[in-house]
Amino acid sequence: MSQKKYETPLLDELEKGPFPSFVTEIKTAAAKNDSANDLLGVLEQCYRERRTHWKHGGIVGVRGYGGGVIGRYSDVPNEYPGVAHFHTVRINQTSGFFYTSKALNDICDIWDKYGSGLTNLHGSTGDLVLLGTKTDALEAIFAETSSRGWDLGGSGSAMRTPSCCVGPGRCEWSMIDTLDITYALTQEFQDELHRPAFPYKFKIKTAGCGVDCIASVARADLSLIGTWKGDIQIDQAEVKNYAAKGMNIQGEIIDMCPTGCMSLNGGEIAIDNSNCSRCMHCIAKMTKALRPGKEHGATIMVGSKAPFVIGALLSHVIVPFMPLEPPYDNLKDLIRKMWEWWDEHGKNRERIGELIVRRGMREFLEFLELDPIPQMVFEPRRDPFYFWTEDELNK
Amino acid sequence: MADLPQRQTDIGPPHYMQFLPPVAQKNYGQWKYHEQLSGGSMVHVAESGDKLWTVRAASPRLISTDFIRGLTALADKYCGGHLRFTTRHNVEFLVSDESNLKPLMDELKQKNYMVGGIGDGISNIVHTQGWVHCHSAATDASGLVKVLMDEFADYFTGTKTLPARVRFAVACCTNMCGAVHCSDIAVVGIHRKPPTIVHEDVKRACEVPSTIGSCPTGAISPDPANKSVKIKEEKCMYCGNCYSVCPAMPISDPDNDGVAIVAGGKIGSLRSNPKFSKLVIPYLPNNTPKWPEVVAAFRTILTAYENGARKHERLGEWIDRVGWEKFFSLTGLPFTHQHIDDFTIARETYRTSAAFKW
Repeated sequence: MSQKKYETPLLDELEKGPFPSFVTEIKTAAAKNDSANDLLGVLEQCYRERRTHWKHGGIVGVRGYGGGVIGRYSDVPNEYPGVAHFHTVRINQTSGFFYTSKALNDICDIWDKYGSGLTNLHGSTGDLVLLGTKTDALEAIFAETSSRGWDLGGSGSAMRTPSCCVGPGRCEWSMIDTLDITYALTQEFQDELHRPAFPYKFKIKTAGCGVDCIASVARADLSLIGTWKGDIQIDQAEVKNYAAKGMNIQGEIIDMCPTGCMSLNGGEIAIDNSNCSRCMHCIAKMTKALRPGKEHGATIMVGSKAPFVIGALLSHVIVPFMPLEPPYDNLKDLIRKMWEWWDEHGKNRERIGELIVRRGMREFLEFLELDPIPQMVFEPRRDPFYFWTEDELNK
Repeated sequence: MADLPQRQTDIGPPHYMQFLPPVAQKNYGQWKYHEQLSGGSMVHVAESGDKLWTVRAASPRLISTDFIRGLTALADKYCGGHLRFTTRHNVEFLVSDESNLKPLMDELKQKNYMVGGIGDGISNIVHTQGWVHCHSAATDASGLVKVLMDEFADYFTGTKTLPARVRFAVACCTNMCGAVHCSDIAVVGIHRKPPTIVHEDVKRACEVPSTIGSCPTGAISPDPANKSVKIKEEKCMYCGNCYSVCPAMPISDPDNDGVAIVAGGKIGSLRSNPKFSKLVIPYLPNNTPKWPEVVAAFRTILTAYENGARKHERLGEWIDRVGWEKFFSLTGLPFTHQHIDDFTIARETYRTSAAFKW
């Protein structure tokens, strides 16, 4: 293989220092692959000119799917022919990002054969991202990966690849089976994932508890967050052990409880559970002494997204507590109804959170047949301007 | 390509259970507690008494197949071939046999992996594609991550700790694929001038109504004479959403593009509600390859937090306690017209009280 050798004085600066270097990674791939080599060249030019050299994605993909591949083209293809096409393939990751060596090695073998040898583990939405290939390799990549049990993730105006935290696979706080819920929803909604038919993207993220390691509340149109009912379980002997090891329980735990529902009496913790908001602070700091209550479920929230168009949104509560057990029909039904309303009223590129703002919570809740309750809001309205229906007037 | 295997469609991802180490399969959902052992290791203990050790190491996220094979070789040697990745792009080696723990950590150290990312410090940086792969990037992401993580490496490895975890994020444009909007300190790529309009290309490549509809401030209107659109420049706040919809409206401008720094956001519900990050520095230049102004700004903010926060208090919680006016005086960061909101929630952010600090 005769390769053009690029001088990369700016990028070389980013190979120094203790943190592993993405430049070293590109160079490693470049030693074996012309596309990765040309990526190195064009990236140095980006650093020199302080601007990107990629064009908008074109429509590329595999037969029968409307997403899963992001078309990417260079705006300087003549200088860097290896990245004239440099498409991304999104492989649907495993629940909780668990892998075996064999599974990853298989994907590496395929990617060395058909792509640049560069990847993202993982993309922002959660997919295992294969970074940089050409249009005519896409069908082969799909045949090789799908025949080994892997499928593509989502892109465009579709359900995006659902993702979740580590969940019951390795965490004592996970109050819902995040791995299984994510797997079940992904399987249930394959058509919605692969064939974009929505007004815009729809992301689902499942977190086992309020610590929210998957950033569900900020990054998902549908945020499922595990929680509990009942009393926090206390092991008073372990409370005393924490004190003996030097923890300032009064200062670090009791005084930092946002609802003031805890007290420390004679070295024992007491909790007024009726005033606990289940924030997870005390449980997360005293892992051996405190555990969530025993009745488990999820708080269902909707609508978070990044700033385009009306400003960033966080998800808000629509169902305070939903038990989630296989086959999760209650959740699947709720999702389908949400989509039906959004499909009916959503404008092109309007996320569901924006649609709720535009048309109002009342219409959304009535469509979902959910009764209004105070847990849905921080506070009631301040203004005196609201609607009455004929039914309400005649009551 | 005649020898390709038979493709399958709509099969979804492989079932997760086969990837869990046997001890995690056996104790699935039956974990009792966990303890942090070092800046990069922890142990989870099940009700049964079984244990699973985790060793976490940094990854730059943009990695070669050789890098992955390096990880899998270590997993084969010490973890029965089991490993996972975190939502912040770190790799986790899942060790079922305690006697493998030290040899794994020794070999990671010897091979210059950066072990850490657990506990009250700075974990890996959630980030976007940047100039490596994105058409709308106003800055690079991987390079910013590299220089920031180099600067704050001691807080990753556990050599130094902070009052609470501090989460960094980098988004290369205001599309914010990286959820910068709820991070302790984050960088977001921004533009500072309206897009240009290439009328010939608008005609060919863009749908006029959706281009007009993409503008949050209503700055774009039809230009029938050119079969194109026009921009009321004084209404444009350079978000670049029109460029996402219409490639004929390029907004990239090396001399005016750069980054903004935002701070004080969080995701979890611990102690206080999830919160958005707020603007602290409206603009810093793309001074490649090392963005020294950005690194210095992060250091300034982090030092003020480290000196002022109580134990377990996140950066945004510290700021909420002392007040934003105090934050600006403690950090010495200038407060400008750009800091006062004039977008959709502006009025909510004005101070409607005479009680504040000097």
